Amino acid sequence: MDARRTSRTVIDPKIRQVGFVTPGAPPDRTQSGPPESSSPPVADMSPAGNSLSPVMIPPPRHASDNLLLHASRAVPPISPIRRPGDSIAVGSYNQSDVFLGTSPTTTISPSSKIVDGEFSEELMSPGWAARGGNSGKVAASSFPSGGVDLMPVKSNIPSSSLTTVSVVNLPPGVSEKAGKESIEVQNDRAGSSKPLKEKTSKAERRALQESQRAAKAAAREGKAAGGASAAANPGNAKPANAAKPPPQKKDSASIAASEKKGGERPQEKDRKKEVPPPRMQFDDKSRVEKAKKRAVVKQTEARNRVELFRHLPQYEHGTQLPYLETKFFQLDPMHPAVYKVGLRYLAGDISGGNARCIAMLQAFQQAIGDYSTPPEKALIRDLTAKISSYVSFLIQCRPLSISMGNAIRFLKSRIAKLPINLLESEAKATLQSDIDRFINEKIILAVKVIVRHAVSKIRDGDVLLTYGSPSAVEMILLYAHELGKQFRVVVVDSRPKLEGQLLLRRLVERGIRCTYAHINAISYIMHEVSRVFLGASSILSNGTVYSRVGTASVAMVAHAFRVPVLVCCEAYKFHERVQLDSICSNELGDPDVISKVPGRKDVNYLVDWANNENLQLLNLTYDATPSDYVSMIITDYGMVPPTSVPVIVREYRREQLWI
Amino acid sequence: MDFQVVVLAGGTSKKLLPLVSKDVPKALLPVANRPVLSYVLELLELSNLKNLIVVVEGKEAAVLVGNWISAAYVDRLHVEVAAVPEDVGSAGAIRAIAHHLTANDILVVSGDLVCNVPPGAVAAAHRRHDAVVTTMLCSTPVSGPLESGSSGGKDKVKKPGHSNIVGLDPSKQFLLYIASGVEVEKDVRVLKSILRAVGQMKIQSDLMDSHFYVFKRSILLDVLSKKEKFRSLKLDVLPYLVRSQLRSEVLLNGSSQSAENGNEKVASLNNQVMLSQILANASMPSFHELYALGPNGLPPATIRRIHKCCVYIASKTKYCARLDSIQAFSDINRDVIGEASHLSGYSFSAYNNIIHPSAELGAKTTVGPQCMLAEGTQMGDKCGVKRSVIGRHCRIGSNVKIVNSVVMNHVTIGDGCSIQGSVVCSNVQLQDRVVLKDCQVGAGFVVTSGSEYKGESLARKEKIQLQ
Repeated sequence: MDARRTSRTVIDPKIRQVGFVTPGAPPDRTQSGPPESSSPPVADMSPAGNSLSPVMIPPPRHASDNLLLHASRAVPPISPIRRPGDSIAVGSYNQSDVFLGTSPTTTISPSSKIVDGEFSEELMSPGWAARGGNSGKVAASSFPSGGVDLMPVKSNIPSSSLTTVSVVNLPPGVSEKAGKESIEVQNDRAGSSKPLKEKTSKAERRALQESQRAAKAAAREGKAAGGASAAANPGNAKPANAAKPPPQKKDSASIAASEKKGGERPQEKDRKKEVPPPRMQFDDKSRVEKAKKRAVVKQTEARNRVELFRHLPQYEHGTQLPYLETKFFQLDPMHPAVYKVGLRYLAGDISGGNARCIAMLQAFQQAIGDYSTPPEKALIRDLTAKISSYVSFLIQCRPLSISMGNAIRFLKSRIAKLPINLLESEAKATLQSDIDRFINEKIILAVKVIVRHAVSKIRDGDVLLTYGSPSAVEMILLYAHELGKQFRVVVVDSRPKLEGQLLLRRLVERGIRCTYAHINAISYIMHEVSRVFLGASSILSNGTVYSRVGTASVAMVAHAFRVPVLVCCEAYKFHERVQLDSICSNELGDPDVISKVPGRKDVNYLVDWANNENLQLLNLTYDATPSDYVSMIITDYGMVPPTSVPVIVREYRREQLWI
Repeated sequence: MDFQVVVLAGGTSKKLLPLVSKDVPKALLPVANRPVLSYVLELLELSNLKNLIVVVEGKEAAVLVGNWISAAYVDRLHVEVAAVPEDVGSAGAIRAIAHHLTANDILVVSGDLVCNVPPGAVAAAHRRHDAVVTTMLCSTPVSGPLESGSSGGKDKVKKPGHSNIVGLDPSKQFLLYIASGVEVEKDVRVLKSILRAVGQMKIQSDLMDSHFYVFKRSILLDVLSKKEKFRSLKLDVLPYLVRSQLRSEVLLNGSSQSAENGNEKVASLNNQVMLSQILANASMPSFHELYALGPNGLPPATIRRIHKCCVYIASKTKYCARLDSIQAFSDINRDVIGEASHLSGYSFSAYNNIIHPSAELGAKTTVGPQCMLAEGTQMGDKCGVKRSVIGRHCRIGSNVKIVNSVVMNHVTIGDGCSIQGSVVCSNVQLQDRVVLKDCQVGAGFVVTSGSEYKGESLARKEKIQLQ
């Protein structure tokens, strides 16, 4: 739940505010404030929302659409009230502005399908609006009233907190049920929720108070200094932060709760689909703490983490495996096959996007085979919950690759689309054959098609360079060799995994002439290369190739030498996400691995590095290659330039619905 | 998790003869005043393994064990006790209950194991490698009392049985060779094919087979039915599986195994080949897979069938010992109330000993650290107890010294006795001024006053002869 909370909090409010600020802002600007006055709200938002932003996520269409409508309807009647206030206090005005936009929805919300969390924010807004009117004069005294206004909201809050509790206490499968039943519970709770009310409202009141105080200060500053907005910004950023969390938390929590009820509310379901699962920010201590409580795998966080990558999960690698092993028999809900795959991920026995994906799907296949619907449950919902719990277990073993995410999404959509009157055995058989088909068509056949395409690009006398041990490229090389083409291969490798050696061994055994070099030598070896074939973990919709760390430098060097770079990637690994760098989303490997030199026990300068606070090791797993350095992407849909990736993503998604 | 647990509780072992009797089978020998079997059962219970099959040799022993379990673990564990004839060996015991085994993997634990290694760890290692057998090895425990004072008795019982010769691959995950100390004479024969496939083998003799195995059920039953002569899991089945791991004769009907080998599906669909190839290429191949692939990566003409034998090596910080000799009995008793005190489940007093509130101590009687006095025991004046376990309802006179010893229940000890490094079984009567050193006194024996014994085992022989 908390994992969801993080980016939810970030995304939704942001979009909402942006959505209505624009229509709402112009009248203000023309009537009263200097043009800059509209910018603070935007700036306000960003500190609260910035932590994730670069990668994020198309706006949830329904919500924003609704809001736009509401906002346009709402703004005119209210703006006159506000006008006297805004000249006095710019900062507070901005905030009220933010909430005013939403306020009209209160009237509509009971009928509309908006999540309960949104009420909370909306219901609050009258308080804000009132205050906005006389904000200059009354500051602290208005809070009690704000608190009173909040009272009706409270019935929502327990709903989220209750589900959270159940998640912590019960095994994941059960919590899902609890989520579904939460509506009933909500009704019962009306009486019992009082103590909670008190508590939250206090926190909120405090937050409001702080924000107002800061806003006042900002206003004062704004008056003093001529450049009002410039001065207000830094002062304002904080209050915005302080003010945001309480409503946002409620909002996101209840959204998460409502997602569980999603089955009953088609609109939300759609919305949920559109928003990719958010990522946890691991530099947020409180959330990490909460996530830890839920975790199946005990994870000790590594010390000496590199500052720039603190938001990524990093654990002490030594501790996870033994813990998981000792808990082997305690984790009853986990299917043995899934458990085995998780163990092998954790131990590093399986790596490589295709292999990990296949292993996971096969485990799911077995799990589905052994699954039986508990009484009084629907297969569709219960199985989805089960799969989700397996997935969260696998994530704890090792973060999912994008290809696995796509495969999971496929499986879940298949489960959701099962006809409700299907027999259990039939449903299971259908799902198992679906999985088989996915493996065969999307992975195996895709690789074959890629091989056919790519071989046409290999000519006699070519010198091909590859990096690491990409499975598709290996197939290409072997097939080209079978066809009798005369070529030479340069296998470039890097520490610490040295996967290239395995590839090298297999190629040499087949009688292909090879050269082996480490990535340090890439610029020396590149001038004799005629083509570079690379694999990819994923290709993002801006054409960025997300792949094994080091791929980017190989591609860049090749680009500098004007050697064509061909990236081989199955289309099921494509993702609509946009990523500009390899910092915001990545995976951290075991730092101990790079501190040691294999086979050289005498090289031990970094022993006990963890005890040295001044030393941090960084073992990145992936990097992002900008599309500029990629000449061509070879996929199962043919050879396309990187700019065509969004097309494939779009078509592929549509097709996936029909599988 | 699809595991079944079989606890081999044994019967009345000959090795422990004066201690065990018809009334006290090996499984019920007290370790810190709890039957030794309870340590295994609680270890398993802690790991959420609650459906157990306990196999006992001998009908009477089975009834005794069954009664005790049903009294102690009602509502906690679901235990089935199976009686098998005596002297069938561990393999025979499994054969006898084979039709009860249904799960994919079988966890076989010896009932005399006292350890705190989580069974899940062994099972997880087994699953991870998809092994045929996984065994837990632990470092050989320190034998004999820490302080000198008894040397004659321990050395003769200590050596055999414990030390194994174990060959491991460099990653210490696979078992390449195993021979137990008894059968190792002068030379160790290692199969050349295994050595060639692995390249490097590490031979260790400081590891002990803890008799904690995970078997693939189909394989285990297959081997047992094919090889009628196999009597012991440890001495016959395990070495056989290890020896034949590169030219497997056992039936592999698990599909996962063949998929991993990557070469058995050559004839089948092209897709399948590619699938297994992708999977195989993704991981660092173990020597098994490399061997199966043949010398130059191409599948050899004849399919090489392999299976994997894994080991789980318990870390040195864990305690692990088997009660398989008299010396081990005293050692474990000493350790459980001493250095491995967390195993006993008792809470120790500030003086690092356990004295039941109902125990009565006379004037000037001292009970040192690492001692245990169970309920209802009475001690006279000026006694001294060091590093010893004293059972329930014992009557101990004045001026008695008990050092490094185990005294079981209902023992009467007269004034002025001195007991060192000995085991005194239940209902024994020691009259005044008896001196025992490194002795074992069988149940119900009466030691006449003033007698001195050193390094002997005393039991009611005449009665046995009468029968």
